[in-house]
Amino acid sequence: MAKVVAVTGNEAVAYALKQVNPDVSAAYPITPATDIMQRFTSYVSNGQVKTEMVLAESEHSAMSGCIGASAAGGRVMTATSSQGMALMWEELFIASGSRLPIVMALVNRALSAPLNIHGDHSDGMGARDCGWIQLWSENAQEAYDNTIQAFRIAEHMDIRLPAMVCLDGFIISHSIERMEYIDDDAVKNFVGEFKALNPLLDIEHPVSYGPLILTDYYMEYRKAHAEVMSKVSKVVLDAAKEFEKISGRKYGLFETYRLDDAEIGLVILNSAAGTSKDVIDSFREKGIKAGLLKPRLFRPFPYEEIGNALKNLKAVCVLDRADAFGGSYGPLFIDIAASLYPHKNGPVLMNKIYGLGGRDYLPGHAELVLNELVDIAKTGKVKMIKEYIGVRE
Amino acid sequence: MKLKGWKDVNPGAVCTEAGSALKFKTGSWRAYRPKWVEENCIQCLFCWAYCPDMAVFVKDGKMTGFNYDYCKGCGICALECPGKKGNKAIVMEEEGK
Repeated sequence: MAKVVAVTGNEAVAYALKQVNPDVSAAYPITPATDIMQRFTSYVSNGQVKTEMVLAESEHSAMSGCIGASAAGGRVMTATSSQGMALMWEELFIASGSRLPIVMALVNRALSAPLNIHGDHSDGMGARDCGWIQLWSENAQEAYDNTIQAFRIAEHMDIRLPAMVCLDGFIISHSIERMEYIDDDAVKNFVGEFKALNPLLDIEHPVSYGPLILTDYYMEYRKAHAEVMSKVSKVVLDAAKEFEKISGRKYGLFETYRLDDAEIGLVILNSAAGTSKDVIDSFREKGIKAGLLKPRLFRPFPYEEIGNALKNLKAVCVLDRADAFGGSYGPLFIDIAASLYPHKNGPVLMNKIYGLGGRDYLPGHAELVLNELVDIAKTGKVKMIKEYIGVRE
Repeated sequence: MKLKGWKDVNPGAVCTEAGSALKFKTGSWRAYRPKWVEENCIQCLFCWAYCPDMAVFVKDGKMTGFNYDYCKGCGICALECPGKKGNKAIVMEEEGK
C-alpha cells in the first residue's frame, strides 16, 4: 500500500535513497548541497540504512569516493547542487568513462558569480555532455520516482552508466507537497540485488581501473560510450513499465500535455511545466489549441521521438532556465532545434530564457509567450528568436 | 598487431588481465637515459626502491643494470643514488648522443 505524505522534494529523495539502502555514499553536505544528504546521514546514524557514509573534504573528493566505492563493487549514490557539482566536474567524466553506475541527485541551483543558490538549471546543463544519464523531475513525486528508477537504469547490465536525477532548487527541493511513498519491499524488489561488474575487491580476478588510453584506442572507447548511450532510451522505457506496476504512475522519455492536436506548444523542463500546464488549460478553454512537452530523459536526448512529437505544430517556444553564453541559444532550445532539423516543414521556433537564479516564473509569463505563439502561428514570423523574459530593462 | 575495433573494447577501459602493463613498453618516451657506473655502485638498491616503474634489473640481491623497455628517463634513480665518495653510480645521458 502506498503511503500518502506531505514532504519536501529533498525529503522525498532522501527517503527514496533510504529505501534503496545503497552500500556506500560519499558526500560533502554543506551549502550549496541541500538537506538531502543531511537527512540521509540521519538515517545512517539512526541505523535505518546499512550504508557506509563517507564525509569528504570537498565535492571533488565526494565524487572521487563514489568512483572508488563503485569500482570496488558497491551500489553507490550521492547528492549535490550548483558549485558542488561544478567542483565534481572532472570526476563526472571519470565516473562515466569508467562506466560506473553511480546515482546522484542534483538539486538544480544557480552557479556563482554573482553568488546565488536558487532554482536554475545552469549546473545540470553544464554537465549535460559529461556522459551521464540525466532524468529531470517536475515535482517531489517525480524526483522520488526518478531516483528509484535511476538505480535500475544506471545498473542495467547493458548500460552501466552513472545517472543524475535533477529537481528544481527551493521550488521543489524545499517546498512541501502531497505525494506517495511506495512500500519498502516494493522498492527493494524493484531495484533488486546489486550486481557488481569487474569489482576491485574481487581479489581472485584482479582488475585495474583508469588506464592510460592513447591515440590508438581513445576514439574506440568514446564511440563505445556513445553507442551505450543510444541504448538508454529502451532501458528507461522498460524500467518505467515495471515501475508503473508498483506505483500506478506512467513515465516515458518525456511528457506531453494536450499536445496531440496542438498548433502551438511550449517545451519546458522541471517545475515550471506545472505552472505552464495550468495556463495551457486556460488557453484551451478559450479554444486555442495549445500544448506542452516536458523532457524527462534529457541525456541521452531522445531526438527522434521528440522531433516526431513536435513536427506537426505551427509554432513552438522552448523555455530555458539557463543560458548558453556566447550568442547562441539556450541549451534546451539547441536540442529541440536539432530534433526538428530533419523535419523541413516543422514548427517555427523561438527561445525564451526565464527564471534565472530563482526568478519566479509566473502564469503571466506563460500567457505572454502563448499569446506571442498565437501570432507567430498566424503570420509565421518571429520578432526575436531568443529573448530574456521576466527581466527588468 | 591488429588493433581492436570499438565493438571489442572492454567496457570502461577496465583491465581484467593482471600484469598487462608488461605489454605496454614506455621506454620510447625517454629523452635522457640512466647510465650505470658499476665501480661507484655500493649496491644500496635505492635505485630499485625509488624507480616508479620496474626498470632496474636486480639479480641475487644485486643491481645489474636497467630495463630500457620501461625506463622513461625520469632521473629519480640518479637523483637518489648516493654513489661512492661523492661519485654517482647512476648518471643521466642525453639520448642519441
